[in-house]
Amino acid sequence: MTQCSDPVALALWHPIAAIEDIPADGKQKTQLLGEVLHYRKMDDTRVSVHHGDRKLPVTLAYGYVWTCLGTPERDLFDLPEYAESDRRNVCAATVGVNVSAPRAVENFLDMGHFPFVHTGILGAEPHTEVREYQVNVDTERDEILATECLFYQPQAAAGSSGGVMSDYIYRVPHPYCAVLYKSCPTDESRLDVIALFLQSVDEENIRAHALVSVIDTQSSDLDIRMFQQNIFSQDKPILENQLPKRLPLDPRAETPIRADKSAIAYRRWLRTKGLQYGVLAAAA
Amino acid sequence: MIILYDYELSGNCYKVRLLLSMLNVSYEKKAIEFYPAAEHKTDAFLSINALGQLPVIQTGDLTINDSHAILVYLARQYDKSDTWFPISDPVRLAQVTQWMCFADSLTSSASSARLVNGFFYDLDGEACRQEAHRLFRIFDEHLWFNEREDHLWVVPGKTPTIADLACFAYVVLSEEGGISRMDYPAIRRWTDRVKRLAGFVVMPGVFPAGPGPVHVLPANDTFPSAGTAEA
Repeated sequence: MTQCSDPVALALWHPIAAIEDIPADGKQKTQLLGEVLHYRKMDDTRVSVHHGDRKLPVTLAYGYVWTCLGTPERDLFDLPEYAESDRRNVCAATVGVNVSAPRAVENFLDMGHFPFVHTGILGAEPHTEVREYQVNVDTERDEILATECLFYQPQAAAGSSGGVMSDYIYRVPHPYCAVLYKSCPTDESRLDVIALFLQSVDEENIRAHALVSVIDTQSSDLDIRMFQQNIFSQDKPILENQLPKRLPLDPRAETPIRADKSAIAYRRWLRTKGLQYGVLAAAA
Repeated sequence: MIILYDYELSGNCYKVRLLLSMLNVSYEKKAIEFYPAAEHKTDAFLSINALGQLPVIQTGDLTINDSHAILVYLARQYDKSDTWFPISDPVRLAQVTQWMCFADSLTSSASSARLVNGFFYDLDGEACRQEAHRLFRIFDEHLWFNEREDHLWVVPGKTPTIADLACFAYVVLSEEGGISRMDYPAIRRWTDRVKRLAGFVVMPGVFPAGPGPVHVLPANDTFPSAGTAEA
């Protein structure tokens, strides 16, 4: 296993586990950027993470444990909806996928695959058109924003009872994380939040963690979790068959179409950051 | 009404969902979260199945554990054609049993590798993959020789049996465990045939067959046949 020497990846906060999934006692093991880490729940508000003998910085946020193998350059991104008192916050899934984190972020941003991969749930033929949407890079917050995304969905969420045109907003506030805001099936004035937090086990393997934060008084936690786990498991074989497994940042490496606008912005954003881990660098 | 204690991502549960669908039997699903909640190891579930394994079916006072036992029960109870579990033919019955045991060895190899890769089980994934490849090689040869005699299914004969479904689940999910089927062309042709059986359903990780004919089994009048006008 090659050691990670990418200063950008080393300075990031990375998710490693859902807080609620950590057993009350005993040392747990996981892997991040090719390194074995151990972590332990001290109590409900404290988790310690170690790399060998070295104690790593820890942030507990959005239901997950986050750590950093280098020196964190900034705080973890903001997700203010998480604190809204009437939201259901559910750590919905942790799924292992044999792919790089950036490939998984890109798949999360892509609406074009919904009718074919999530048939009957997030999309259905013949409603396959990805309409024109807007993509901007917010330089102050250093994140990508895709707005005005509109897509027909037969079963947009666990709490849905029929097909709707879903409004989507995507945020990419972290090279390995993406947040999706979509029409809430039970309250027109609010947006449901689905966040994808990727743990780079190594350059070509991830643990995909999902936070679901919704206005939904009907569905059980189990309904919400099973919905999300099924969606992730449908993506898994698609992601695992993408080659190369690392995301090529050279603009000539893969040919985008108009629907890939957000992916084009994401690749450019990663190039600007100089991220190396999980990507294939553009030719100089 | 049959109640199926089910985990959507479980291959063993998938075997049962497949046969229920192919036999057109209605049932109700109760979701048991295998991962990460390990709900199948909770006291509540252990009182249903002390072994802590999925799937389980309940109907009336009857509880049946073990995917293969459930397949046997469903085939005997609901298959009017008597072809899915051919009890009147001692040779085929023995062959069905043999390949169901083979399917169990796929559970401890191909399925275990999938548990390591996708569900973070602390097992020797590489050893599981090696064993799965040994089994796939044997299975591929078996299916290839069957095809030479115009036998399209796991057990020689005109119709599929529950051995096909028992073997199908962890073969078709093998890539999630890092086991490619690239080198097993007879296996790939067979999985395509299974996908074309009337009543076939997918699960996350399994895609339907491409455009082409649906294989309606002539002997079974419970199947909705593809071209009937009076349906």
